[in-house]
Amino acid sequence: MPLDRRDFLKTLGVAGTGLLLGRKTLQASSGPRSDKEFMAVLYDSTRCIGCQSCEFACAEANGLEEPVGEPEIGTLRDTDEKHRTVVNAFDTSKGEFFVKKQCLHCNQPACDAACLTQAMHKTEEGPVIWRGDKCMGCRFCMVSCPFDVPKFEYFSANPKIEKCDMCYERQLAGEIPACVEACPAEALMFGTRREMLAEAHRRIAENPEQYVNHIYGDTEAGGTGWLTLSAVPFEEIGMKTNVRHESYPKLTKGFISSIAPVDILLPAALLGIYEATRSKDEEEEL
Amino acid sequence: MSQINLPVDHSDTPGSSRSTWQFIVSELRPKGAILTPFNLITLPIMILGLYLIIIRFIGGLGTITNLNQTFPWGLWIGFDVVTGVAFAGGAYTLVFMVYILNLKKYYPIARATVLTGFLAYVFYSGALLLDLGRPWNVINPIIGNNYGVSSVLFLVAWHFLLYMLALFIEFSPAIAEWLNMPGLRRFLSRLTLGAVIFGITLSTLHQAGLGALFLMASEKIHPLWYNSLIPVTFVVTSIFGGLSMVIFEGSISHRVFSDQLEPGSHQRHNDILHGLSRVCAGAMFVYLALHILIFIHQGNHVFLNSRHGLIYLVEMVGLTALPMVLYLAAYRKRNIQLVKTAAILTVLGIVLNRLNVSIIGFKWDVPNHYIPSWQEIIVTLAVISAEIWVFRWIVLRMPVLRKGPAWARDQH
Repeated sequence: MPLDRRDFLKTLGVAGTGLLLGRKTLQASSGPRSDKEFMAVLYDSTRCIGCQSCEFACAEANGLEEPVGEPEIGTLRDTDEKHRTVVNAFDTSKGEFFVKKQCLHCNQPACDAACLTQAMHKTEEGPVIWRGDKCMGCRFCMVSCPFDVPKFEYFSANPKIEKCDMCYERQLAGEIPACVEACPAEALMFGTRREMLAEAHRRIAENPEQYVNHIYGDTEAGGTGWLTLSAVPFEEIGMKTNVRHESYPKLTKGFISSIAPVDILLPAALLGIYEATRSKDEEEEL
Repeated sequence: MSQINLPVDHSDTPGSSRSTWQFIVSELRPKGAILTPFNLITLPIMILGLYLIIIRFIGGLGTITNLNQTFPWGLWIGFDVVTGVAFAGGAYTLVFMVYILNLKKYYPIARATVLTGFLAYVFYSGALLLDLGRPWNVINPIIGNNYGVSSVLFLVAWHFLLYMLALFIEFSPAIAEWLNMPGLRRFLSRLTLGAVIFGITLSTLHQAGLGALFLMASEKIHPLWYNSLIPVTFVVTSIFGGLSMVIFEGSISHRVFSDQLEPGSHQRHNDILHGLSRVCAGAMFVYLALHILIFIHQGNHVFLNSRHGLIYLVEMVGLTALPMVLYLAAYRKRNIQLVKTAAILTVLGIVLNRLNVSIIGFKWDVPNHYIPSWQEIIVTLAVISAEIWVFRWIVLRMPVLRKGPAWARDQH
């Protein structure tokens, strides 16, 4: 893209906002990306003891309400507008396992692509964060997220979207996410996504009988910043397995890239038809 | 609305002695009978709706809606916005026929259609504000805090906004005629063609955009209604859905506001409706052909033997294929009653289609599926009522259904 937006406007003058929008769209899809590596969390569900330390640490770090209930086979707790993470228990073919649930921090998040104000934002560091000064509360992120992660405060006049932000503020201050720090079983591990993937592959390779040969988040939704290991197939521990293995924003890419051509070609075609159908007497009048 | 005094006393003499402001103030007074059945029904609904809206803004959306973490969008989005905008599609289709294809036959209904479209957008974006959790941030995508350029919703928001402006410009000569300002009218009329071309483009894209909103919810929407061509089907359905609404709504207006019309306009209106029914049938044929291709391609027949399959068949056969046949038959037999029947069926079909995509088919497999609360329905009815009140206010004052003043007819 040799031109920036300002140059483009200068070149075309008042060419119509339609053009402008189209141009910006193209820029967004191929704009410069930072070469920083995304940070990620590796969650080994085979190590998790269901102690809820992560839940308590999360509530404290984010000023949220203390966890309600505890992991129990048969009851499925869910994150909500007061709890960004929960641990559930599952009865599987290999016995009881605990599974932590929170935002997966997709590499190319649907919520980020959905958001018309970039309130939902994939940071350069990897965490997907929510910015209240931008959000208008349309809840399109909730509609788009394949994992139903964003939660909305339905009983507030000044509602927020609540979701795990991988303790973005703590990361900026050089700390690790509160849940990772609190985990007594070393089920959670924090590092760059590349390192975490390598570590996950290493564990599977060294203990092939302990793990299923798949890292949830490696390809799910085009890759996520939260990688999960399991001893049993992922549907047995309540992970969503009918998700796409390519990024969700890709689904709207075709449509978005058609905007600019339509905004330019259609008016030209319409003007042409108008001229072609204009009657003779009108031409004489003008 | 039995006896209506038309403001004809000065309308043929530009530069009347009364000042424009005095005129506007005098026009604010109600016209016609006040205690009509329509008023008696809609006024309580609007007052109750207003009360509910106040509760909603004090306590949050959860106080009066059935929305929850699983169903973030309900009736206000699925019906008011997604369905309402489809019906407003009549405006861009009709101005395309009148101004671009130069089909002068349809000119008499152009103003009313553009006005309906404009009011639809104003009130639906109003309804959208009710649904926004943080409506004070609604200007963010306009002022650049931030421009979410990869968002379909960003496109829809901008195209919405600009299209409202285009519709206003298209309608504005009627306002100038009402205000008796020939100079202003001459200026505004010159903008019409630009607004029309701009408006059709914006419409095509945001009608498609409303469909594209659901593209990322790929596993959440029932396969009978989810496909990668949702944007295209939304545009095609907005053509015949919008025109069917023009037929439906125009037939009512012509009865209610019959004293606005000159003799002979009834026959002309019937001719127009016959023409529109043929256009609708054509667009519906294309839509059905497209949908059959999608249906076969996705192997959707496996879903037919279910509750959702039944809903799908009602939509596709009963409320799309059937009215298409009725439209054709009505055109052949010149049967105006049949045209209106087909229009009503089509309108119902569009409502069902949009609700199927946005609500009924959304997370169809979740127990405790969303059903709108009575408060959501009342607020929706209040919004529609308010829109009709404003429409009536304008029709009774400005030259929408009736012809403009003599000076405007001489002007080009």
